[in-house]
Amino acid sequence: MTSLPTETTGKKLGLVIDLDTCVGCHACVVNCKEWNTGGYGAPLSDLDAYGAEPVGSWLNRIHTFEVTPEDAPASIVHFPKSCLHCDDAPCVTVCPTGASYKRAEDGIVLVDEDMCIGCGLCAWSCPYGAREMDPVENVMKKCTLCVDRIYNDNLPQEDQIPACVRTCPAEARHFGDLGDPESDISKLVAERGGMDLMPEMGTKPVNKYLPPRPKTHSTVEPEAPKAKALDAKGFLGWLDKTLEAL
Amino acid sequence: MHPAISVIFFTVTSGAGFGFLALIGLGVPMPESGVGAFFASLIAGGLAVAGLISSTFHLGHPERAWRAFSQWRSSWLSREGVCAVFTLVLFAFYALNWVFFDNRIGWLGLIMAIGALATVFTTAMIYTQMKTVPVWNNVLTPVCYMLFALTCGILLAGSFGYWEAAVVSLPFFALVSIVAAWGAKLMWWQSGETLSSRGSDAGTATGLGSIGKVKLLEKPHSGENYLTKEMVHQVGRKHASKLRMIALLLGAGLPIVVCLIMLIAGANGFLFAVAALAMIAGLFVERWLFFAEAEHAVSLYY
Repeated sequence: MTSLPTETTGKKLGLVIDLDTCVGCHACVVNCKEWNTGGYGAPLSDLDAYGAEPVGSWLNRIHTFEVTPEDAPASIVHFPKSCLHCDDAPCVTVCPTGASYKRAEDGIVLVDEDMCIGCGLCAWSCPYGAREMDPVENVMKKCTLCVDRIYNDNLPQEDQIPACVRTCPAEARHFGDLGDPESDISKLVAERGGMDLMPEMGTKPVNKYLPPRPKTHSTVEPEAPKAKALDAKGFLGWLDKTLEAL
Repeated sequence: MHPAISVIFFTVTSGAGFGFLALIGLGVPMPESGVGAFFASLIAGGLAVAGLISSTFHLGHPERAWRAFSQWRSSWLSREGVCAVFTLVLFAFYALNWVFFDNRIGWLGLIMAIGALATVFTTAMIYTQMKTVPVWNNVLTPVCYMLFALTCGILLAGSFGYWEAAVVSLPFFALVSIVAAWGAKLMWWQSGETLSSRGSDAGTATGLGSIGKVKLLEKPHSGENYLTKEMVHQVGRKHASKLRMIALLLGAGLPIVVCLIMLIAGANGFLFAVAALAMIAGLFVERWLFFAEAEHAVSLYY
């Protein structure tokens, strides 16, 4: 059913992304594509992959922003963006077929690809651009929070987390239960002032973003090193003077 | 938003078709039976069905379209499908009785008219519900859609030339309807809300607005993607003011002039048909702009 679940366990699995430590290496993007092209649902296809205009479906994309404070130089913030598994997910309620749903047991928003008619309305309703139509399968693709990893007992314990989190070399991505205030991830959000993206859209996202830590700004203007006067002695000094005099 | 031809064709033609259906159901004077009734039914039903079929062309999996009837409790798109099919089934019974037995069943027509208007309303609500597209997220959106549908219906009904039997002068009724519909559309254009008027910008989209001014430095990929093609469409905005003039001239100006001529010189089926065609042509331009001009929240990330 495409109504949002009314009775939930209170569990809200999600990601916390640290904008302070993300280095924008795109490793999470690549590992996401790699895992999800062989995991849940249809493969994530690409068209014209080696041609002039490649396009394809991706569940995670990294944007890079320049943030310019009024009183300090601009800084660069790498910004990974994927499904936020919203509590009030408009992509679920607009779906005419029941293909788009939010799980009552853990809050993960998924698409049943066999029921998806590819109308694209869910992608329209998402302010975050978290859903992309697969250009080959013509069904809607989105982050599954690696539902086929996190509950997969055939994988070693350390791999039972989303592929993007597993691969992040900077540990900028965290996974856990955001519905439990005592979970490590919830404490991290509280400690670092985790924030919602576009709260004005009323989607109540589960995923949180940790803002970059305040930068320390030097009050002294940095000086460029001055060029040293040439002060050669001995034979080189004599040569320098002689050549100068010519 | 990307102005997909299939969706533009769908909203305009099915709007006109269901508008005409509503007028027929409400008992607007029409041919009593036989060939005239057949052609009126064919045009009303044909426009509505052609629009619905066209709407399936933008689906990734049209063969699964039947599934869209299931979620009427929560989804406006599903409600639209249910209303459309319900109305068309009623219309099939109505048209059979009308064409072959010279009998326009009043109560059935009334339910059909309500169904037809509900269909147009649900179509409009698909767009109106989108908080991500502030210009659509406006109470005037369904008002415009319904008035346009009714106006097309009146002009199409007039084309069948049974206006003498009408309680009110049909050209006058059409004139009022055209002015009301485009008046609502002008108000819609005026009130045009934007992402920034709703308080959304790159700062709220990234949450970094409290630190400073946020500007995209690098897109996630060097090429286009589904999101930029579908939702960050900008080509249409370039000629927006010219296209609005064309929409107004075709959709409002010409039909108003024709109605005024008919008020002076008397109603005429051919002139009604000219006004109807001009109106529909104007609505194609209006609907193209409806999509092309609409800005989507995702554009804040690109």
